[in-house]
Amino acid sequence: MRFDLNLAAEWIDDNSRVLDLGCGDGSLLAYLRDHHNVDGLGLEINDAHIRECIEKGLSVIDHDLDYGLKKFRDNSFDVVVMAQALQTLRSPHLVIDEMLRVGRECIVTFPNFGYWRGRLYLGYRGRMPVSKFLPHNWYDTPNIHFCTVRDFEQLCQEKGIRILHRTVVNAADCESLIASKLPNLFGVTAVYHISK
Amino acid sequence: MTDDYAPHRSDELPPDSVGIVEPRTQHFSDSLTLACGRSLDEYDIVYETYGELNAAKSNAILICHALSGHHHAAGYHSADDKKPGWWEVCIGPGKPIDTNHFFVLSINNLGGCHGSTGPASINPATGKPWGPDFPALRCRDWVASQRRMMALFGIEQWAAVIGGSLGGMQAMRWALEHPDEVRHCIVIASAMRLTAQNIAFNEIARQAITSDPEFHGGRYLEHETIPKSGLALARMVGHVTYLSEDGMGEKFGREIKSGNFQIGQDDKVEFQVESYLRYQGDVFSRSFDANTYLLMTKALDYFDLAREYNDDPVEAFQHAKCGFLVMSFTSDWRFAPSRSREIVDALVAARKPVCYAEIEANFGHDAFLLPIERYLKTFSAYMLRVKEEVNRAL
Repeated sequence: MRFDLNLAAEWIDDNSRVLDLGCGDGSLLAYLRDHHNVDGLGLEINDAHIRECIEKGLSVIDHDLDYGLKKFRDNSFDVVVMAQALQTLRSPHLVIDEMLRVGRECIVTFPNFGYWRGRLYLGYRGRMPVSKFLPHNWYDTPNIHFCTVRDFEQLCQEKGIRILHRTVVNAADCESLIASKLPNLFGVTAVYHISK
Repeated sequence: MTDDYAPHRSDELPPDSVGIVEPRTQHFSDSLTLACGRSLDEYDIVYETYGELNAAKSNAILICHALSGHHHAAGYHSADDKKPGWWEVCIGPGKPIDTNHFFVLSINNLGGCHGSTGPASINPATGKPWGPDFPALRCRDWVASQRRMMALFGIEQWAAVIGGSLGGMQAMRWALEHPDEVRHCIVIASAMRLTAQNIAFNEIARQAITSDPEFHGGRYLEHETIPKSGLALARMVGHVTYLSEDGMGEKFGREIKSGNFQIGQDDKVEFQVESYLRYQGDVFSRSFDANTYLLMTKALDYFDLAREYNDDPVEAFQHAKCGFLVMSFTSDWRFAPSRSREIVDALVAARKPVCYAEIEANFGHDAFLLPIERYLKTFSAYMLRVKEEVNRAL
């Protein structure tokens, strides 16, 4: 399982009810079900991923996150997870509001656009960074709302969102001392555990 | 619902077909009390089965048919049969409802006109056709009669109850009324209840039938006639609503069957779509009973999943114990994806396991009968899971 998903799994209690936004092939939900008796539901738009979730025996709904989470009642989930999808949304800030309405706690992971290599790429080449983590060109990228660790925390502050945990990982998908000291510069992926 | 898209066969039966099948008739002589308060003292049910029932009787699937459907869902009745059953794309060896693994029961619903007791049958009390005196039926009556068939086969729990459109309503009714007897409920292009627009189309169809002078208050058989033009018109209206604007454009465009528009020519022009609709209406009017059409559309209109559950679909679905697969088609405006999403939302709020796929398709409501790749793959993925559950329990 991807590193940020492993981290997310650590913050989810046994027997929780979990909503996974952009659940992909359902790896996280299957893991949580099998090891933590979690009752999960995934939202996904990719039809091959939806089939993979169905094959894993998961609950999955064909749903575009840009349509919001109106279909879900307040506090109907213990945890709402959104891994690596924040930057693809039309209105990420509204989706975060919705996640916190629907779930008691939320886990959000995103690529940190403040990572030093990206800054260097833009600074020296004067072009939008392309890397092995973010392999798209500016015109065809699904990532339309990049943010940095500092941007995200600023948003949390403005909205009065509590940050319960934060972990950033480096290019080798590991937690490192330097990345934890200077997350906005040395973190590649940020993983946040937040609540109202 | 139509079956004119079903693949035409060549010289030999295709290997992924269940092959030659034979309808059977089961007579029931114990009275069935109906939702309307009346009862049927005796009746016949016509049915077909495909695949083998395993020793544990745990691999059984019930197919619930839609408005104009019947028991003949798959295979051919003879080697010369031109068309297979109405759901040939989904039922057969290697298909989503894989007859190598499942035992499939497909019955013609009570009130139908393909062999099961219905308005065209003889009323034993009078010796004449039931006609308009046949009792009104609801979805729950079909569930009750299907349950008697279930008992006959000694099946205690369906591996899945599956239906499209009106069939999906029956499948949901099963899940709520007999939760211990359904492991999976598959609801395709259906709704928890019809919208006003949908009821309106049904009323137009009914008016077309009842205003035909040959209808005779529903006693046309006693007058040795049928309301052919009314029934054909009803079918034409229905047919248009089962397709989509793009789907019809793709299939017919503005192609002309006969005549031309040249200046100075007085030929009457007939568009392909006109000829097609007339043909469909004509075929239907000769093969379907008008009173059955009235009865089936009324059952559709009256269905309201949550009526007995404080009009709360969440409360209703809390009674279910099965897993759900819900599918809809983007261009279906008679049973739009938003109706399916309402089902899914209620299931989620009731904390039931549910999978939902919205299939991109151009063919309106009829899409559920067509070989659309994503539809069949998603359906197969879910059925694989059902199959694994059956095998694990053995």
